[in-house]
Amino acid sequence: MISLDFILKFIVAAVAAGTPLLFGTVGEILSEKVGHLNLGVEGMMSIGALTGFMAGYGSHNLAVSMIAAFAGGMVSALIYAVLTIGFMANQNVIGLTLTIFGVGFANFVGVYMVGKTSSNTWQLSADLISQMKSIHIPLLSDIPVIGKLIFSYDPFTYTGIIIALICGWYLFKTKAGLNTQAIGENPAAADAASIQVTKWKFINIVLGGGICGIGGAYCSMIINGGVWISDCVGGLGWISVALVIFAAWRPQTAILGSFIFGALRVLKYYMPSVIPIAFFNMLPFIITAAVLLIASIRGTKGSHIPENLGFNYFREDR
Amino acid sequence: MGGEVKNAIRCEKISKVFGNVIANEKIDLELNYGEILALLGENGSGKTTLMNMISGIYHPDEGTIYVNGEPVSIQSPLDAQKLGIGMIHQHFKLVNIFSAMENIELGTPGKKLPPKELRARVTALCEKYGLETDPLKPVHDMSVSEKQTVEILKILYRGANILILDEPTAVLTPQETEKLFEILRHMRAAGCAIIIITHKLNEVLSISDRVTILRKGRSFGTVKTAEVDVSKLTELMVGRAVNLEIERPATDRSEEVLKVVDLCVERSDGSTALEDVSFHVNRGEILGVAGIAGSGQKELCESIAGLITPKKGAILYKKENMAGKTPREIIELGISMSFVPEDRLGMGLVAGMGMTDNMLLKTYTRGKGAFVDRAPAKKMAETLVDKFGIVTAGIEMPVRMMSGGNVQKVLLGREIESSPDLLITAYPVRGLDINSSYLVYDLLNEQKKKGVAVLYIGEDLDVLLQLCDRIAVLCHGRLTGVVDADKVTKEQIGLMMTGENWEEVREYGG
Amino acid sequence: MEAKKREPLLRVVKHAELSRTQSFLLRLLAVVVALVVGGIFIASIGYNPLEVYKTMVVGCFRSVMAFQATIKFCIPMCIAALGVTLAFKMKFWNIGGEGQLIMGAVFASYFALFCDGMPHVPLIIIMFLAGFVGGGIWGLIPALCREKWGTNETLFTLMLNYIALYIVTYLRDGPWRDPQAAGFNKIARFSANSQLDKVAGIHFGWIIMIVLVVFVFIYLSKTKQGYEISVVGESRDTARYAGINVRRVVIRTMFLSGGIAGIAGMIQACGADATLSTGVANGVGFTGIIIAWLAQLNPIATLVVAFAFSILEKGSSVIQSSFGLSTACADVLQGIILFFIMAIEFFVRYKIVFAGHKEKKLSQAKPEKKEAAGK
Repeated sequence: MISLDFILKFIVAAVAAGTPLLFGTVGEILSEKVGHLNLGVEGMMSIGALTGFMAGYGSHNLAVSMIAAFAGGMVSALIYAVLTIGFMANQNVIGLTLTIFGVGFANFVGVYMVGKTSSNTWQLSADLISQMKSIHIPLLSDIPVIGKLIFSYDPFTYTGIIIALICGWYLFKTKAGLNTQAIGENPAAADAASIQVTKWKFINIVLGGGICGIGGAYCSMIINGGVWISDCVGGLGWISVALVIFAAWRPQTAILGSFIFGALRVLKYYMPSVIPIAFFNMLPFIITAAVLLIASIRGTKGSHIPENLGFNYFREDR
Repeated sequence: MGGEVKNAIRCEKISKVFGNVIANEKIDLELNYGEILALLGENGSGKTTLMNMISGIYHPDEGTIYVNGEPVSIQSPLDAQKLGIGMIHQHFKLVNIFSAMENIELGTPGKKLPPKELRARVTALCEKYGLETDPLKPVHDMSVSEKQTVEILKILYRGANILILDEPTAVLTPQETEKLFEILRHMRAAGCAIIIITHKLNEVLSISDRVTILRKGRSFGTVKTAEVDVSKLTELMVGRAVNLEIERPATDRSEEVLKVVDLCVERSDGSTALEDVSFHVNRGEILGVAGIAGSGQKELCESIAGLITPKKGAILYKKENMAGKTPREIIELGISMSFVPEDRLGMGLVAGMGMTDNMLLKTYTRGKGAFVDRAPAKKMAETLVDKFGIVTAGIEMPVRMMSGGNVQKVLLGREIESSPDLLITAYPVRGLDINSSYLVYDLLNEQKKKGVAVLYIGEDLDVLLQLCDRIAVLCHGRLTGVVDADKVTKEQIGLMMTGENWEEVREYGG
Repeated sequence: MEAKKREPLLRVVKHAELSRTQSFLLRLLAVVVALVVGGIFIASIGYNPLEVYKTMVVGCFRSVMAFQATIKFCIPMCIAALGVTLAFKMKFWNIGGEGQLIMGAVFASYFALFCDGMPHVPLIIIMFLAGFVGGGIWGLIPALCREKWGTNETLFTLMLNYIALYIVTYLRDGPWRDPQAAGFNKIARFSANSQLDKVAGIHFGWIIMIVLVVFVFIYLSKTKQGYEISVVGESRDTARYAGINVRRVVIRTMFLSGGIAGIAGMIQACGADATLSTGVANGVGFTGIIIAWLAQLNPIATLVVAFAFSILEKGSSVIQSSFGLSTACADVLQGIILFFIMAIEFFVRYKIVFAGHKEKKLSQAKPEKKEAAGK
């Protein structure tokens, strides 16, 4: 029989595996909500992974690392924003390039830094690694089942959930969020309602990039136990792009979605080996493709996809 | 100049020039609170331009706008909003997935209201002005008139008391129109100042207090609605007939080329575009189609060209039913259609291609094999340049870089060069200067003399009266009559465009 | 009470297009600026940029072997870009080159693995066709969905990339696993009979590449179907008006687009790698998009850009051995170059008008259509 302990272990592993996805997804939601499909998530996460790791290496402080990762993601998103909003370049092409550039840049600098170290491993200090450990709150974490289920994750997970909740509140409960959504749906209507389309596009895309950056830091700092490894984001950014669709462009749903996708990623270790591993890896993309297809069959009313996604807005074209 | 009564809006000698076209020339206009002013004029008379200046989209080149007696400079829609001016455009600007109240709240200053409070405010606003809306209903589930109500609420919610409606009834059914008018009367009673743009005379008479008439960019005075009737308004709107001295050669018209029987067409949104339209065109004849914009002209062209499938009725070309034929087959039969849309390049020409490739658009499938034969197209392009005096840096230069007039020459020239038996041409002189226009008329007459049947969809009534042999008048998708051009007056056509049948207007004018 | 001026400091207007020479020079300038920025970056980590660039270029041409390696980089990138070109010309945002390439490789590999008893020439022809059909099917699926239900093709093709990738993983770990492989799972190396022959020291994929460049060039610019693609890409309305069956054009073209990417996959598996691995595409489908865009969807230019990119790729592996720098250098430089070219592209189409002498400019810049609309 499957024991409770086994299930708990599985859930905890799923949440941990879903955490980087959560950042990537929420960041991308902000961008897509203003109508900009940013295929550069993988790249922004990679740059965040690099800046976060580097700051951690220098400062031995987790908060500093996260801020640096946030800043790195923001700067990379700014490249995308300037080119697609300011210069009205094709979003797909710029996004893909940002991915290639970002991953390449992180790897390039990473290799350079590894070469600078004496041991040929670029590694975070033990002090910082201890800061990144799963939290342990006396009493609370010791409650049976609940303690393990709720109070046993690392600081990134809680940060991610808080960011997702804030973004959900921002998008659906504030005026700015309402305006933001209108931009992604129908920028001409937003413009006519005297919303500053360009300004809000920049704000959302750049903030979204920053959030992706933190997700990247999780990949570089936690997944490999504090040792820098090339290609540390390893496709999680792309899964995040898929997850946005699965989460129906809602940050709150993204919390659940990222843990489900995280579960799919760790399921292979908990499942009998009769089912091929490739199947579990493929599942997120199959589910997402199915969601996309079903939504389109149901028509515009059923799909949550921002109507103007992928198109740039030039006022004189209206 | 503050008189006893402060005008809501007063325009003094407003002028606006686009390039070398004068859109508005020294226009004066006055609007008071508690009044509905109708702005009347033909297509292209400058109504929308004037309203766009009041609502901050354009800025006048000359003249002053006074709001509440003070001179103002309105630089943006936001400025207009601050002055209490709101405009409802013909094309709604709404977010489909949002509910009515979310659309209303969009872009307003301050924090997002709790749904309950917002709903209460919207409901209160509705009650005050006699509007009906379901605040929670998403826009994509709404009918056209419901969407319009949301647009009106959007403006009222922002505290506007000066409203401009640009052809609000164009998309409404008669019942919905009556409902809208009820709302407008309510708002007038509540003290709002309202300008309504329309060219439906019966509506002008039923809703407005005063009428300001624009013609060719100038104001032709203002009259009290109570003191005029339909025929007086028509005369004011269309002006006296002008002799343009367009030739109308006599030709052999023995054979019927196109016969349209009881044609009914629905638009994709379910509204009726054409209803029981029947007429015929003979060889060697130009049949003009007159009508206010959006009366079904586009759908008529597209049905004949096979681009849309009629709901009912038949289109017979040389006695053969065209039902079920693909656009390509129809082109091959010798039917040629050139439709000049408002942006000129939307249909008929490929903006990014040069003249040569555009010549190929309908003929590229000719010839055997997989390859396109560009040689004849190139020759044709060169011929057109000579024949029509097209100004271009080269026949391979993308047509989007050519001026509007030249683009139209390319389009019409190509259609004529394909030597069709039936030539459908819609708005071929749109935006052209006088000389180019006459060139187009000559070309059409030449076709007519060759025995081509021409269906000419036009805007300028003077041209229709003098170029065409017969004129079919469309109103709201219905044919109000097909008349001989030399037996009808401009006023009579004008009346028919607003819905009166030929039988009813026969006694006028003449 | 003057209403306050709320004009933006600068505004953007479309302007008459620049001549070809002007826009070519602008793009050249962008490449130069990009290389300077890349150079500054290289200098900032303590290397002499000129020396690094020199080593990259020299490294690609220093020997026949090196040059052959450069060409090997070029082949899949160029062919993948050609496939994308067809779709993009139609404004169908096919991001699925990666998946189409993989599926082409999978289909071809089936014959390479299980029919290698066949005579060589028919086998190669069958593998070629299989690659084309495999990629084609992977291109067809999103096209059908979009034409039928309006499914967003960008996102859908993106998902299909990963589904294709994990199909390879599945085959590698399961049905096609090489039983003799020790340690990691892998698919067996193809027998010599099912590998592409070498011509001038490189597998003959380079000949296919050149043939495809010519084919796509002629297809797009000289054939009826190519003409239809251009019209549909410019405006679906105009295409309808001209009697073109838009749906059929989109579906047919996407089959071809995917098929060409599939050929790249077949060449990669049966030529360069002599096996099917999960790294068969290795991002080439994405790089192909960038190449196609930089080449302005011109097949001849695509070959040139792809070759330039392969110099970066090969050059990066050279500087790895000479300077200990990462091969990722190529990606970084590709990115920077594209960013600058895209920025420059903007000035080819638009100009920026500063506030101040605005009012005059405004009336001139307004297209004539505005007053035609003033009913």
